[in-house]
Amino acid sequence: MTVAMTVDDLLREPPYSLSQSEKERVLLSELTELTGHHRQRSSEYARLIDVIFPHSGAPSKLAELPYLPVGLFKERLLSSVPPEEVFKVLQSSGTTGQTPSRITLDRDTALLQTRALSRIMTSVLGPDRLPMLLVESPDVIRDRKEFNARGAGLLGMMNFGRQHCYALDSNLHLRLPEVRQFLKSHGKGDFLIFGFTFLVWSAFLQQIHSLGLDLSKGILIHSGGWKKLQDQAVTTDEFRSAFRKFTGLTRIYNFYGMVEQVGSIFLEGDDGYFYPPSFADIIIRDPLTFEELPTGQPGVVEVLSVLPRSYPGHCLLTEDLGIVHAIDPPGSTRLGKAFSILGRIPRAELRGCSDVIAEQVN
Amino acid sequence: MSALEKLKAAFVSAIGVPATAEFDNLAYGRTVGWDSIAHMSLVNEIESSFDIMLDTDDVIDMSSFAKAREILGKYGVVFA
Repeated sequence: MTVAMTVDDLLREPPYSLSQSEKERVLLSELTELTGHHRQRSSEYARLIDVIFPHSGAPSKLAELPYLPVGLFKERLLSSVPPEEVFKVLQSSGTTGQTPSRITLDRDTALLQTRALSRIMTSVLGPDRLPMLLVESPDVIRDRKEFNARGAGLLGMMNFGRQHCYALDSNLHLRLPEVRQFLKSHGKGDFLIFGFTFLVWSAFLQQIHSLGLDLSKGILIHSGGWKKLQDQAVTTDEFRSAFRKFTGLTRIYNFYGMVEQVGSIFLEGDDGYFYPPSFADIIIRDPLTFEELPTGQPGVVEVLSVLPRSYPGHCLLTEDLGIVHAIDPPGSTRLGKAFSILGRIPRAELRGCSDVIAEQVN
Repeated sequence: MSALEKLKAAFVSAIGVPATAEFDNLAYGRTVGWDSIAHMSLVNEIESSFDIMLDTDDVIDMSSFAKAREILGKYGVVFA
């Protein structure tokens, strides 16, 4: 590609079709423009990056772009739009003792997020909306004025399904008659299952594993709260093989994402690694020097995305540890960085919506 | 009921706007009541009253009354 690509072009591309070098070239120009955009519209952002990166000039590669630690969105409301253009404010799942992140969206950014998520999901689900089993209780979106990150995440995903069926009640007990009815009506063709990882494992699989339900036509998409499973020593392989053994379900896709970059999620490929879509990327940094680390070395994850225009969240240093395994891996159906998340940086406060549920469940 | 009346009825029922609303001004996220939950009811109403199944992209693009008419056109609904 020789012409400059816009965000719209990036969203039209199949999400895993850009080679890493091609992607870096496109993202560098987009994200440099975006840094200028936020600098102009948020004096607080401009002040912050001037303090954190006092000597930065024009970036010549993605790792030279200024970034903010994701925790800053808990401390202050960073917005690049005037108050009258605010469409909604997203909140992370803060509970007692935790301050939630607050993310300001205008209509355009909200729309970009929805379109971006759709590009990623339709790449594994196809263009049709599938019958959808939600590993959730209907209560999570009952109060429509004030649902939390879990509810917002659920609603975002519900667009990709039809004939929605909630598999759990408000006490997280299995609604077996409803689930059986759903499978009777839709279980012979492809259907979608969505839920937060910890609920899918602890509330769903544990309650159905002896029932002989056939989920072999299902496509499971899950996310969040992996940490709790790691504490219980459940690996990706165990998770996948348990579902295969007890339900026949084999198409399973975990994704890594955060409320500070909604829409820009990292979906597992068939090889079990996360991949950034064409409009996003990750960089692994040394936890002490913050220098970019090469492939194969674990470090702190920085996430980059061209979607955030209403708040300066386009380059964020997360509190997660990760590792890039390969770039444009030969034999993979996807181009770009294949990576895994290893867990949280020690001492980072426990956060994440499903971890909160996990505390309640246990 | 004409296609236009059916579409209006779907909006009235899903979003809760009055039957006398200025339909061409309705927009997702701007019209009070048209939030993400109402959007899902709207899709259900439209699918059952026109007996069609909307694709994911169309569900996401359906951000105004005018856009809904345009999208339904793709599914063979004729607005006389």
